[in-house]
Amino acid sequence: MFDISPAEWTAIQLSLRVATVATLVATPLGIGVAWLLARRDFWGKPVVDALVYLPLVLPPVVTGYLLLLTFGRRGLVGAWLADHLGIVFAFRWTGAALACGIMSFPLLVRPIRLSIEAVDRRLEQAAGTLGASPWRVFLTITLPLALPGVLAGMVLGFAKAIGEFGATITFVSNIPGETQTISSAIYSLIQTPDGDTAALRLVVVSIVIALAALIASEWFARRALQRVHGN
Amino acid sequence: MLRVDVSKQLGEFSLQASFASEGRVTGLFGASGAGKTSLINMIAGLLRPDRGTIAIDTETLDDTADRVHVPAHRRRIGYVFQDARLFPHLDVRENLDYGRRMNRLADDAAQRARVTDLLDIGSLLDRRPGQLSGGERQRVALGRALLARPRLLLLDEPLGSLDEERKVEILPYLVRLRDEAGVPMVYVSHDAGEMRRLATQIVMLRRGRVIAFGGAEVLPAA
Repeated sequence: MFDISPAEWTAIQLSLRVATVATLVATPLGIGVAWLLARRDFWGKPVVDALVYLPLVLPPVVTGYLLLLTFGRRGLVGAWLADHLGIVFAFRWTGAALACGIMSFPLLVRPIRLSIEAVDRRLEQAAGTLGASPWRVFLTITLPLALPGVLAGMVLGFAKAIGEFGATITFVSNIPGETQTISSAIYSLIQTPDGDTAALRLVVVSIVIALAALIASEWFARRALQRVHGN
Repeated sequence: MLRVDVSKQLGEFSLQASFASEGRVTGLFGASGAGKTSLINMIAGLLRPDRGTIAIDTETLDDTADRVHVPAHRRRIGYVFQDARLFPHLDVRENLDYGRRMNRLADDAAQRARVTDLLDIGSLLDRRPGQLSGGERQRVALGRALLARPRLLLLDEPLGSLDEERKVEILPYLVRLRDEAGVPMVYVSHDAGEMRRLATQIVMLRRGRVIAFGGAEVLPAA
């Protein structure tokens, strides 16, 4: 039962790579968006707010199809990227990372935004009177104090990215070794005669990864809270 | 020399204040709601006046006619808030060092020793703000503001959140600060006793207007 085949290993490694890259690329962007939504008022803010949360409520197949239209080989952005920068998303693992990044973005942004909103603005003012420019206030006060939320957002985003299925399979299909993640591998296996045992193995692996992520996030969050409250 | 001539509308409340002060300690005196905090927030650069000018010596910090507004972080004006506002994720030593780092000043061990001695906070350096009493927190906040080497120090009711016993504990430090630190101060309070003890010139505010300016004689009789 626990003899994981090379094909299954490939899917596991690919899932981890896709989710890690998606989370690492989305995090700085998510912090920026969360800060804008928490701290700035600008024209069109409700629209940005809605756009960020849209992947959460849209059917994943719709998001995947929109990605295909935009970032596909003949898509508006996809064609330009391929011609000018040589970057191709369609049917590549990078496309899977893009789909996972977008699908997990709302879950990543929300805790970060909440934790930035919870940072006392009077501390930021005090830092300003001590000579810190707005950018340095952000780096030395806001971000360290919001760190528990940033870590929580990263873990949630990672967990969502690992489990993403609908948008990924629509956008980059289900190619073993390139775009076949754990989820799409399970999907293929349960449609294959005698695939049940292999599917179950991958189910167990998913559970282990999810549990490890949750335990890690608890641990990080506690460490970060201790840092912030200093006891 | 601090010159202030500003007006600001805050909801229903209108603030119109004009004074020039040369004193070592300028007292802003008035009941709560008189506009004291709004006024020093404008001096600090945290609040923009609707109209008017603010200048220290020959440098203009605000001039709405010329669209001059120096942001708070470039004013070199220290601010001690009523609620201390120490950074909870930094220990006392790092809090004290924050202004020096942000202003990219050279490390000055002698100055640091002088300020920690003046305020008796040498034994607190490794603690976090959460482990300090209210009075200790306020002393660290004073030290933190001083070590940023401000040209003016604003104190907004620094004793306001402390009980009587703690006030008596802090007041002598403020007197020492006035006499030894060599930084001009603006001291905000609604307590005539504190004003008498500390201020060399007094600006009396009521409902957003300056109603008296002068020495201790403008204070209500004790």
